[in-house]
Amino acid sequence: MNCFSKSYLKSLPRDIRLKQRYRAEKRFRAYGYTAIGIGVFFLTALLWSIFSQGYTAFWQTSITLPVKLDVAVIDPQNRRDKNPQILITANYPVLIRNALAEKLGIAIDDYIGLRELNHMISPSAGIKLRKMVLDNPQIIGSTQSLTVLAGADIDSAFKGKINLTVSEISRKISNRQIKWMYKLAAEGSLYKAFNTGLFIFASSSRPETSGLGVALIGSFYMILIVLMFSLPIGVATAIYLEEYARKNRFTDLIEININNLAAVPSIVFGLLGVSVFINFFGLPRSSSLVGGLVLTLMTLPIIIIATRSALRAVPISIRSAALGVGASKIQMVFQHVLPLAAPGILTGTVIGLTRALGETAPLLLIGMVAFIANYPRTLMDPATALPVQIYMWANESERAFIERTSGAIIVLLMFLAVINTIAVLLRRRFEQHR
Amino acid sequence: MLLLFFMKVCMSVSGIIIIVLVLGFAGFFLSYARACAIVMQGTKMHSRPHYYGLWTFLLIIVPSLFFLFFWNIGSNIYTERRALTHIPYAAAGDIIHQHNLILSTIRNLVNRLPKHSSNMLNHQLNSYASLRDILGQKGVVLDVQGKNYMVPIVIEWVSGLKKLRQTGVIITFVLAIIGFLVGFSETKVKKRARNRVERVILLGLLVSSTLAILTTIAIVSSMLLQTISFFRAVPLSNFFLSTAWNPRFSVMTFDESIGEFGLIPLLVGTLYIAFVAMLFAVPIGLFSAVYTAEYATPRARDVIKPMLEILAGIPTIVYGFFALIVVGPFLRDLSAAIMGGNHAFIMAQSVLTAGLVMGIMLTPFVSSLSDDIITAVPRSLRDGSLGLGATQSETIKRVVLPAALPGIVAALLLTASRAIGETMIVVLAAGVTVNLTLNPFEAMTTITVKIVNQLTGDLEFNSPQTLVAFALGMTLFVLTLLMNVFALYIVRKYQERYE
Repeated sequence: MNCFSKSYLKSLPRDIRLKQRYRAEKRFRAYGYTAIGIGVFFLTALLWSIFSQGYTAFWQTSITLPVKLDVAVIDPQNRRDKNPQILITANYPVLIRNALAEKLGIAIDDYIGLRELNHMISPSAGIKLRKMVLDNPQIIGSTQSLTVLAGADIDSAFKGKINLTVSEISRKISNRQIKWMYKLAAEGSLYKAFNTGLFIFASSSRPETSGLGVALIGSFYMILIVLMFSLPIGVATAIYLEEYARKNRFTDLIEININNLAAVPSIVFGLLGVSVFINFFGLPRSSSLVGGLVLTLMTLPIIIIATRSALRAVPISIRSAALGVGASKIQMVFQHVLPLAAPGILTGTVIGLTRALGETAPLLLIGMVAFIANYPRTLMDPATALPVQIYMWANESERAFIERTSGAIIVLLMFLAVINTIAVLLRRRFEQHR
Repeated sequence: MLLLFFMKVCMSVSGIIIIVLVLGFAGFFLSYARACAIVMQGTKMHSRPHYYGLWTFLLIIVPSLFFLFFWNIGSNIYTERRALTHIPYAAAGDIIHQHNLILSTIRNLVNRLPKHSSNMLNHQLNSYASLRDILGQKGVVLDVQGKNYMVPIVIEWVSGLKKLRQTGVIITFVLAIIGFLVGFSETKVKKRARNRVERVILLGLLVSSTLAILTTIAIVSSMLLQTISFFRAVPLSNFFLSTAWNPRFSVMTFDESIGEFGLIPLLVGTLYIAFVAMLFAVPIGLFSAVYTAEYATPRARDVIKPMLEILAGIPTIVYGFFALIVVGPFLRDLSAAIMGGNHAFIMAQSVLTAGLVMGIMLTPFVSSLSDDIITAVPRSLRDGSLGLGATQSETIKRVVLPAALPGIVAALLLTASRAIGETMIVVLAAGVTVNLTLNPFEAMTTITVKIVNQLTGDLEFNSPQTLVAFALGMTLFVLTLLMNVFALYIVRKYQERYE
């Protein structure tokens, strides 16, 4: 030890640089603050940017109009009794446009104005009116009050998402349309309502009629499959490894395996799904069954690892006591050890489930990026998932989709928050029972 | 009417499972009641009554459902094999692609038929066009391509499958009933129901614990098979040594040029983005771990840790969207502002954008893993250093961190393997253009992005364009596996040191 030699000690100055060292101490602390500050800053920036862009997605601009169901437009030759096709192919959008024109006092020969009016209404309006007429053909000729969705651009403008101060040419909505919009709003026929469509509608190429319906169902199915398979299998595996398996090469191999599987990139599980479930077993592509199975395999190691550590934490005295009063080993494990390990298992399951719910990459590979307009009825039907729908909307070029995407992300984050809160509450209950 | 409904239920797999389960519950309660009755008479049985019920339940459920599962798989394979022998391959020539096309067309037909087949098979069908017409009336759209010889094959396939299914259902029910009879008759004083039930449970535990191994085997073998067939079509040097990526579109014949599948630009892009991400994540994560572990009061810890955990719980797709919408445009506008004009030297999709956002995502991993390791360093080491007059930061720098170093290295390795395998952030923020550059302001692409690109859209399993995804996946798997194994090895070694 060089520094303790006599000559070194002699030459040691009385001053041990205390000031500098304290300053270094302060600096070091400051690094810590800064690091945490940066982390918190990014967290707030991320959440703020998404919530500020997305909260408006829960509101949708709608227009309520008295629509005159003119026979001259729907069925000019009065043949609807003989030919049911007439009612299906009639020009319903024109009816709605005329109703709007009448309300705003626009001349029928103002073609530019009429075209601009058309852009104010979502194309889904015509379909809605058609359904109304087909359900009840008696109403033809009368005037009905109809609530339709506003077009995506009007919706954005009414929510203040479009900068209206820039010149008319460089924005998507004209001065006249703005004037009409405010006029309708002042009359109370154009208003913001809660956007149920966001939760109900399926895929659509138009922002105002696209929603999370299919994605929510798909995600629900997949989470159900994950819970159904990975929880029992994971707990069973953990019990075997922790309570029964002798320490030997084989169990060592299983253990290393499980630890590795937990760290394998998720996209590799997607490749597994493609080649094993779809190509080898011939399960249908983009079905929630395949998605659920892939996510199950991903979640399994997480649950196994959590359950094992929960089992390990149960005191040996419990086991001895149970065996001492004559319980068999299985009874000991299932009736005494497992209930005590339940909070830990629950936490592991929730971590696994939230990961499965937010996972995207493997689902892309098994073909869940698809334009699906119908609700999946069974597990075999093509479906998509919440994060995949977010991915698809994020790739859309139209500006109104950004709002929808942020709204979908809020929905996803809310689900994750709800699952976590329930888990915390359940955990507390379990722990009280002890 | 009721019988008809029953028949319908029996034909669907879930219906059979439900019926067998109902039988099982009935068996449980009957045996349980019988055992209870015996106990009520005052004789002591070997096991508690519910074990007799459980034993009957298992006897009913397990053999019949196992049989059903394997019978269904077996009958699918058998009918397919038999149908294959009838396909006149000579008609298609010797091109292997054509064979697969025919097979997939027929399989498609078979998958669409059964729902409408109740009266379909009674029709005398022998041309594809008539089949297409009849199905078209029912709203099933068929391909225009299709040959007449396919129709009898399809019909034989479907009817054969139907017959086999019916036989399977009958045998399943017979098995379930035999199980019930055996279980019920064995509800006797001397039968050791508990031991039997426990043996079955133990077997179940053992079987499920092998599933983890099976998953790994499935991953490795499936990827290996596909990778091998990829390298049959594409030479090794094309994949490992080429710097060009130009897979072309899938072509039907192989005699044309097959395209270029250079791994190098993808690998460089992957490692570069991961490096940039680690550059952000490691200092921030380590310093916040040191702060929470060494300085923070318990109350501050209770606030800071959950905050960082929220960051870890956010799905990666959200980070990707954040990079695409906020960070990318921000960096681009910032660089334009710095240049004082319209020339933005940072692209919206760039290595920097992807790396920065990935760094944010990785920060909580680094901090929570290192936090655990730092707190695991024994108190005595700190006390010794502080007692000698070192300041707290000196203790951390000279004593705690060196003691924790192997663990921290392992944590960083685990984090790096996560960075390499990360997909959604790079898909949205790094770009898809293959670009071999060292400029972090340009777009680069990664292995994961190319896997996603090659496998979304129409799949055709024998083209190198699809198979290359598996070769890339194999590379990724091996790379991360090595890192993980090494990290876990270090962690194990390190754990022993202070225990």
